[in-house]
Amino acid sequence: MTTTQTKPFDRKDGQLVLAHILFAFGALLIGGIAGMLQGMVKGGTITLPANIGYYELLTAHGVLMALIFTTYFIVGFLYSGVSQTLGGKLLPLTKKLGWIGYVLMSVGTLIGVVVILLGKASVLYTFYAPMKASPYFYIALALVVIGSWLSGFGIFYQYIQWKKSNKGKLSPLFGYMSVITMLLWQIATIGVALEVVVQLIPWSFGWVETVNVVLSRTLFWFFGHPLVYFWLLPAYICWYVIIPKIIGGKIFSDSLARMSFVLFLLFSIPVGFHHQLMEPGISHFWKYLQVVLTFMVVIPSLMTAFSLFATFELNGRSKGAKGLFGWVKVLPWKDVRFFAPFMGMLIFIPAGAGGLVNASNQMNAVVHNTLWVTGHFHLTVATSVALTFFGIVYWLIPVVTGRVLTPRMNRLGIIQTLIWCIGMFFMSGSMHTVGLLGSPRRTAYNTYDDHPDAVLWMPYHVAMAIGGIILFVGVVLIIYNIISLMRAPKGETEYPIGEVSEGSEPTPRFLENWKLWITLTVILIVIAYSIPIIDLIGNTTPGSPGYVTW
Amino acid sequence: MHMHKLEKMWLGIGVSMLAVFLVVLGVMTFSQGIAPPNEHVHHIDPTKVNETAPFDKPELKQIGDNEYEAVMVAYAFGYDPMEPMEVPAGATVHFKVTSSDVVHGFEIPGTNVNVMVTPGEVSQVTHTFNKPGEYLILCNEYCGIAHEMMKTTLVVK
Repeated sequence: MTTTQTKPFDRKDGQLVLAHILFAFGALLIGGIAGMLQGMVKGGTITLPANIGYYELLTAHGVLMALIFTTYFIVGFLYSGVSQTLGGKLLPLTKKLGWIGYVLMSVGTLIGVVVILLGKASVLYTFYAPMKASPYFYIALALVVIGSWLSGFGIFYQYIQWKKSNKGKLSPLFGYMSVITMLLWQIATIGVALEVVVQLIPWSFGWVETVNVVLSRTLFWFFGHPLVYFWLLPAYICWYVIIPKIIGGKIFSDSLARMSFVLFLLFSIPVGFHHQLMEPGISHFWKYLQVVLTFMVVIPSLMTAFSLFATFELNGRSKGAKGLFGWVKVLPWKDVRFFAPFMGMLIFIPAGAGGLVNASNQMNAVVHNTLWVTGHFHLTVATSVALTFFGIVYWLIPVVTGRVLTPRMNRLGIIQTLIWCIGMFFMSGSMHTVGLLGSPRRTAYNTYDDHPDAVLWMPYHVAMAIGGIILFVGVVLIIYNIISLMRAPKGETEYPIGEVSEGSEPTPRFLENWKLWITLTVILIVIAYSIPIIDLIGNTTPGSPGYVTW
Repeated sequence: MHMHKLEKMWLGIGVSMLAVFLVVLGVMTFSQGIAPPNEHVHHIDPTKVNETAPFDKPELKQIGDNEYEAVMVAYAFGYDPMEPMEVPAGATVHFKVTSSDVVHGFEIPGTNVNVMVTPGEVSQVTHTFNKPGEYLILCNEYCGIAHEMMKTTLVVK
């Protein structure tokens, strides 16, 4: 692979990045074991030993995969790019915030996992009230969120300092995108922080008797939908900034890349009601308004698709590719750093189309809370995002540890990618199909007294389990690859940061006008949420006491 | 901000399709009433469901010519009324459901009946059952250890 004599990555920064990446993959391994076992229970192939519950495993799987794997990986990846592009190393305060954030998140994760495994919090990662978990479960989640805030502040600080010492200059694209990603995260987590700190912790300790259920769900989904964009945007950073360099091309347009990130910031938060379309207590008008706002993210998605394929085509033609699709052949298919993220991009096309179905307010009635939804996010986050993150590891670990990727590991990486795609084809494909037939999500093995509808679902559940086992092989292989990368031959690997193509126009300055974008974000949130939330707080519905139903 | 001509066309087509789609969705929602279930209908004290009418007597009752109202309570882990309900083919059933404990789901596979049942609120959904058969009613929102056992049936003759 490419080794050049550029300035090596700061070793101390590298330790912080590596600590995050390794923790993320530790969570992936444990979450993967839980996921495979669940699949086998659901498929009717095994029964768990008496003291392990299906829903305990499901809670552990969801929390470890969706919250811990992603957040750790994202913080680690963003810190690496911030160190690389915003000044060449992390400032002392940034590094300190990064480490304190890491410790807080880790303490939170450990408490959370222990509480879940003790069976005190089988409430799944959405922890819907009035199911009442141990207060320490909510405290654990709060610690994870606060830790991630500190890491976010570190990124903002580094960016602000860079702007101060580079007055009038356009910030590097990676740094800009990291700031947007963390800004999205900070704003979105306010919702879940309010839910946990103001509503759930006092209620769970017994300091207050009851909880406003619909309000808690609304605050959760204020966070729950932007959460998926928090997973997606770092993958987009890889696609926009890293991939052009890896294929030997240029970034198609700096300004369009920034514009698409701004649109994601604006339109990923005021949309949470599309997760609550099927519930009472929220009027049609507000649901429809948020459905419209949800669909606005189609625009930056179309922009991204165009930019990426423009990069591929321009690069191919500059290498002499002929014909309408000749450029496809010259892409580096045998380079895992390209191949894994590219499969992620490709799968994002059906994944996104499924998302359009979910958000449409009538079609949602067909798929709501069925396995279709589970199939959907196993394509988006567990394939598009996860494969991109896997692809990043093959150069990021060598960069931060001063090593090089060997051809053998590259080949294992390609195999890992293929295993993942095959496993997901079986698992997510069956989930989508059986979801359309009505099979509910988050439900242990049962044939509903052999009801003909439910019996018909069984072969699909078995196919899901087979997919899950294949995916677990993929998890084991990526863990093996990471261990091998840690022991790869010494050498310097260049941090792949793409450059903007010469033909592209200068980036307009308003794209870095943060006051403008934050104000617009807040205005959209106020329009979409203020009246319904005032309504929910002011209504006379008596609250609910807590229940432990597991 | 400069955009490539092809990109303008690409976005133009995409955005126009989106606009048409959203207009159709809006017209269907507001003028034809093909909307997601239930506005805010009324509140109920979730701790007093069993003593609040009509939920003190969950039952299926005929309210018109082949038209029925099913008043139901979802709880961990089942639905009241417990005995299977029976309606003739072609019957329109108005379901009125609330929860006496945690959040539940209310789904009838093979139909578009699929609503959340949240404590403190009453979920309403209507369906016309044209095809005879035994319809499964199940909970599709995780509600506790025996969530997968939570079901009842509706028989259409």
